[in-house]
Amino acid sequence: MTFKRHKSSIQAIGGLLCFAVSLCLGAPDQPSVRVEPTDSVGPRTLEDQTKTAVIRDYVDAWRGMSRALEQNRSDLLDADFLGAAKDTLTSTVRQQAHLGIRTYYQDTGHDIELVFYSPEGMSIQLLDTVEYNVQVLDHDKTVSTQHVRARYVAVLTPTEVRWKVRVFQAMPD
Amino acid sequence: MRDWVLSSLSVLALAAVPLASAQNGAFHLPKAVKAGDSFSIPTSGNGKAVFYLVGPGGVLRRDVHLGEAISIASEDLQNAGHYLAIVSGDSASEVQTLEVTASQPVALGFLAKPSRLPVNLHNGISGVVYVFDAYHNLVVDPAQVSFQLTGASGVNETRIVATRNGVAWTKLDSASKQGLVQFVATVADVTGRRVVQQVPGDPCNLRMNVRQDGQKLIAETEPVRDCGGNPVSDGTIVTFTETYNGDEATVDVPLKRDIARTELPVHDGATITVAAGVVLGNEIHWK
Repeated sequence: MTFKRHKSSIQAIGGLLCFAVSLCLGAPDQPSVRVEPTDSVGPRTLEDQTKTAVIRDYVDAWRGMSRALEQNRSDLLDADFLGAAKDTLTSTVRQQAHLGIRTYYQDTGHDIELVFYSPEGMSIQLLDTVEYNVQVLDHDKTVSTQHVRARYVAVLTPTEVRWKVRVFQAMPD
Repeated sequence: MRDWVLSSLSVLALAAVPLASAQNGAFHLPKAVKAGDSFSIPTSGNGKAVFYLVGPGGVLRRDVHLGEAISIASEDLQNAGHYLAIVSGDSASEVQTLEVTASQPVALGFLAKPSRLPVNLHNGISGVVYVFDAYHNLVVDPAQVSFQLTGASGVNETRIVATRNGVAWTKLDSASKQGLVQFVATVADVTGRRVVQQVPGDPCNLRMNVRQDGQKLIAETEPVRDCGGNPVSDGTIVTFTETYNGDEATVDVPLKRDIARTELPVHDGATITVAAGVVLGNEIHWK
């Protein structure tokens, strides 16, 4: 247990140092995005144009979520989320506002694997090993800042102009 | 970004405190819990502190007394995901992580396409199932999904598919008989049901007869069926063509009660043909 804690502390310090260095060097806001080969995605054939749009809209959704949870504004979720994902995040924004809490999520890297594109083209599922920094503020006082590496599953569905995230949750590795 | 920059130094300073104190073991968190589970978190030490549970799926904040257990009720944590659990005291804080996983399957997101299709179509019907728990979390643990297509004559086809990352899909053939079929997906005791209408396919063996009635010819098809013997839908267009001396007259007629019927001028030596879509019928030379 002690070893694990030392290990997690070292990882956290490493993450924070990388984060701080990137800030000092003026690193761009854009997270690094790596997409696994999509040859085996199916059953529907995934066109490059669709793949590009899905990845772009999913990464945008992280930015939308970050802004919404930073400013406690659920309207900032409208462009990127719908269904259960939007309901959950809206509820979180409401809880945060009620408690006087704000959270800053800054995604620094995505390793995305598109795993399912439904036969009729109405949904696409991806797995994302994402790294992000999260800062928790209680009435504007920083409570904690952590570097997190987590695996997310997301389901996106097409709307008039873009893909929106309908399912968005972290899952065990 | 501005806040990140402004707070970056204080972040590092503050971060050192919780990390240094992490070895104190102020609280003992289960590594993973199911959504909607109630549980308690034993704490050690004494004095007041604030407990936070933070993630995109929800936020909790509690004033706690160290040394007493923190109770998490069923309704407190219903969204699956990755959470930070923080106990923040006067001089130190400790951070641990908590994985909340989906509970048991109780709902299916079931999409069946199309809702209407011709009979005898190979892989014509697709079904996609997403498995959810009572709190709308995607159940990513593998589960067996039974897809079943049932018509008036009984079960046409059944397929068992395991979910992967919470989703399962299949493609099934449409049956040979027209009519409504039930497309049912089942996971454990959870069922999703959709109705698919199977309509007749293209006409098969299109045949017509021609007779003279005064100064006109009456061309009439035999009852038009698809290759499975199903009557082709009323409204399907049947085209009659009369060719005589290099001239051509064409009449499009919708099927009515399985039959298409039209009148044509009488010309000895005319050739009359019939077609529906890409299906050609018989040809008659009128004398």
